[in-house]
Amino acid sequence: MTQRLKLSVLRHGPLLMTITIFLMAYIIGAQLYPAMQRPQAFFNLFINNGFLLILGIGMTFVILTGGIDLSVGGVLALTTAASAALLNLGVSPLVVMPLMLVMGTAIGLGLGCLIHFFKVQPFIVTLMGLFFARGLAYIISLTSVTITDPLYKYLALTPIYLPFFAKAYIYIPTLVGPALLVVAIYLAYFTRFGRIVYAIGNNEQSAALMGFPVGRTKVLVYGLSGFCSALAGIVFSISLLAGYGQFATGVELDVIAAVVMGGTLLTGGVGNVIGTLFGILIEATIISILQYNGTLSSWWTRICVGVLTLIFIGIQSGFALRKKK
Amino acid sequence: MNKRISFSRIRESRLFWVLTAWAVILGFNALFVPEFFRIGIQDGHLYGNLIDVLNNGAPLMLVAIGMTLVIATGGVDLSVGAVMAISAAMGAVLINPAPGDKLVSNEILTRNATNTPLVIIVIATLAAGTLCGLWNGLLVSRAKIQPLVATLILMVAGRGIAQLISNGQIITIYYTPYFWFGNGYILGLPVSIYIVTAVAILAWVGVRKTPIGLFIEAVGLNPKATHYSGISAKNIQLLAYTFSGFCSALAGLILSSYVHSADGNNNGLNYELDAILAVVMGGTMLSGGRFSLLASVLGAIVIWTFTLSMYALGVPANALLAGRAVLVLLVILLYSDRRLIKRRSKSTPTAVQSQDEKPGLPHP
Repeated sequence: MTQRLKLSVLRHGPLLMTITIFLMAYIIGAQLYPAMQRPQAFFNLFINNGFLLILGIGMTFVILTGGIDLSVGGVLALTTAASAALLNLGVSPLVVMPLMLVMGTAIGLGLGCLIHFFKVQPFIVTLMGLFFARGLAYIISLTSVTITDPLYKYLALTPIYLPFFAKAYIYIPTLVGPALLVVAIYLAYFTRFGRIVYAIGNNEQSAALMGFPVGRTKVLVYGLSGFCSALAGIVFSISLLAGYGQFATGVELDVIAAVVMGGTLLTGGVGNVIGTLFGILIEATIISILQYNGTLSSWWTRICVGVLTLIFIGIQSGFALRKKK
Repeated sequence: MNKRISFSRIRESRLFWVLTAWAVILGFNALFVPEFFRIGIQDGHLYGNLIDVLNNGAPLMLVAIGMTLVIATGGVDLSVGAVMAISAAMGAVLINPAPGDKLVSNEILTRNATNTPLVIIVIATLAAGTLCGLWNGLLVSRAKIQPLVATLILMVAGRGIAQLISNGQIITIYYTPYFWFGNGYILGLPVSIYIVTAVAILAWVGVRKTPIGLFIEAVGLNPKATHYSGISAKNIQLLAYTFSGFCSALAGLILSSYVHSADGNNNGLNYELDAILAVVMGGTMLSGGRFSLLASVLGAIVIWTFTLSMYALGVPANALLAGRAVLVLLVILLYSDRRLIKRRSKSTPTAVQSQDEKPGLPHP
């Protein structure tokens, strides 16, 4: 019995640790700043970081295969710039949104093909993708473009009041992240695709020898990440009502840090999407504590994220060592 | 005997590709922007686009030298840009003539004076960057964290640290002796180029006249075998990352001296990719192993020639990002294609006869 308990703790150790740290951070924040005790403060984490969650879900799948996708921020910025430009040309938003998703998926698939067929390291291909997408966004417009489309405005400004909580509200785009999370959990645990992703991450060669479509899955995973980036771009442009090539600089690192904090091993094969949710919640909590404090400057966020990533990698290697024994 | 000839051929082919790329860009310039080649003399020193390539490219060349050694050990250093920002911020803060919470007026801030002697500023700047490199090296060699992740941590936190040092401000520097590193001239040529030459010679002597270079290649090719043959792979890695930190610090010093300011967010932005690109263009494989310092420096020159020619053509700086991405793509395809050809020729039976012809390499 105790043996079993020990095993399951070891197995879910990183995830439990992530959840504990999130709760601790939130409780400390709530003690320091009573304003954080309101339910709205909790929902604000989702409102402000919905796009991070979407990016994180795509990134988790990529990292599970043992790869990495540094292009997410670029594709996000390109999506905002391109959709703002198209909307200002008078194209219907119902055309623009699917078009952006197709574009993001296409970029992701292209990068995936480069990685798989030319056997180049994922990080350099996707770093190129980052530059390429941001460059394209600057070619579209060198300055920030405002979106005046009525549908975007409606989506951005209509609060949905939640039941059970007094005066707590979210916006429609906020729901995209959690909805995608449900889809991602289904994908990861209940489909062939998800199982193959884990198999590739554990050992690509044995996955190939078992007859799994390794190449197709790898390319698809980058396509999925591209899709998520474009979706995050749409959510981002709705919440800011603007498009600009300089949006979300450095976001790829925040996303990777969140995924690592969520217990996903960067070597691939181990981890889950739920952990990523809590990784992002930890980051969001740190940011909101800094905001509530007011005197601490924004760069502390970066330092905190860096230190937390370091701690979590330390914990991971600790668990990995103990498992080996 | 035969082996030695083929090795020298590989090295030749490395420089060959970089030089070809450079020749193509210069040829393009000769046709479309002939004024690119104009070199004049102003105030007793040379000026012109080609001199700018050397002067503006100096930080990248330095970073590429450090990055070459790191990549040769099979790692990668993503924190170079952040380390540049840290060292730039360090220099600017030490110069700042109004330290602490003293009442600062614009007159004091813009004074051509320094708070610390220049020698100490330089030493402190370099020490800050070298410490960052040491930290990366310790994480990779002692804590056994993947290089990508270990340096990613400093890449995220480093810019935060730089802003912490400079208190979140873009510090403009008014102290003129500090500008010498980025804007000075010796015998008509930019000072920065002498610094690069000195570092390159130092690195070359270090790796080629001592066994260190061989050890670095050995670690990159097979760390385990290196360990069993009695070489401390850990210390070699530590050395490579520390040296990379030192190079980035020097690059940050030159860059901040050139632009007369320190900006935690933008100093050395995107230098990671440029440096990796320069190294890859120089023929050093990202998986580690054999490397060439000269080829990496040439790679950095190619990147800056490309950038400045695009400026000369009137392409906006930000849109150039896409152009550089295409350049990366071309380089990736070029190299992977060569590898694919090699592999294909090994696997197909017809290639058995031509195997000793070493396909993919140019014949002399």
